[in-house]
Amino acid sequence: MKTINLTKGILAITLVALTVTSCKEVKKEQHIDNEHHSDGSHDDSTMDSSNDMMGNDQHASKSTTLVANYLELKNALVADDKDGAAKAGGMMVSAFNDFETSSFGSEEQQELKDIIEDAKEHAEHIEKSPIDHQREHFDVLSKDMIDLIAITGTEEKLYQDFCPMYNKNKGAQWLSATKEIKNPYYGAKMMGCGSVQKEIN
Amino acid sequence: MKKSVKIIVLVLIVGFVGIQFFPTSQNQSDFTLKTDFMIVNNVPKQVESIITTSCYDCHSNNTDYPWYNKVQPVAWFLEGHVTHGKEELNFNEWADYSSRRKNSKLKSIISQIEDGVMPLWSYTLIHREAELSEDEKKIVLEWVSKLKDSL
Repeated sequence: MKTINLTKGILAITLVALTVTSCKEVKKEQHIDNEHHSDGSHDDSTMDSSNDMMGNDQHASKSTTLVANYLELKNALVADDKDGAAKAGGMMVSAFNDFETSSFGSEEQQELKDIIEDAKEHAEHIEKSPIDHQREHFDVLSKDMIDLIAITGTEEKLYQDFCPMYNKNKGAQWLSATKEIKNPYYGAKMMGCGSVQKEIN
Repeated sequence: MKKSVKIIVLVLIVGFVGIQFFPTSQNQSDFTLKTDFMIVNNVPKQVESIITTSCYDCHSNNTDYPWYNKVQPVAWFLEGHVTHGKEELNFNEWADYSSRRKNSKLKSIISQIEDGVMPLWSYTLIHREAELSEDEKKIVLEWVSKLKDSL
């Protein structure tokens, strides 16, 4: 098993090294320039999404607090920091409580209600669990957040990442504000495991 | 010194007798809701029997109370457990959960059984029949995983 992990880790690192041309810049800057993608099509899509954002501004701002708290939680798990994760989990609980769905269409409202009900429960558990359980709940919470953002949009550019090993190799997703992979499911044990699935916004 | 011990014992006895008069609400219901897990899912008899025996005391509207539940503070302790248990998961209200939530619940059921967290050791200590053998765990886990994948 260990050798498999090692091989996968090496593969992941190689992949990252191949795709990201200049790692140093990525590390230094939180906001990644589009220059990393030399293909012109990407620039177009960014333009489109920023146009979308103009029309959707009011909704995208709804997710801002949640996204910020979620990223704090994610970073705490990356740092193997149980207490920090618990604190961020608690902040997410209040952010879910404060989330106002009335400006959405009725179908979206129902879906948001389902998402929030589920996600809040996971955040509550993260607030009071040991770190392995925090990570189990973070897995489902991440799915909930991805679905929530699909409805609300987001003001911040996010990366949807995927770790193929978590969940007994069923894999797990998470959201990050930086392109560089820092794995919240394994922390220091396997920091570089995973890949970017999708860029959001 | 001796006198103070006597006073303490007396206070404890009076206190113990006193708390027996505090009522607790009984988690008992004569009918099973239509939303019950066993009604809305096609559960094999064996799985049904394991889940009912090992989970339903705290995760449904019907607790099969032991005799010592008549004694305080045990009754309070049990009441707290049942209330919290039902908050986390109430099999009787299964159909009312959104599919997203069902999925979450099934995932938690699987991980709690796998990790041996549920049923609680403090519960199986007295309810020996509720303890899950390795075979029973396997049967339940297999079936619950199948249900989860079918959602």
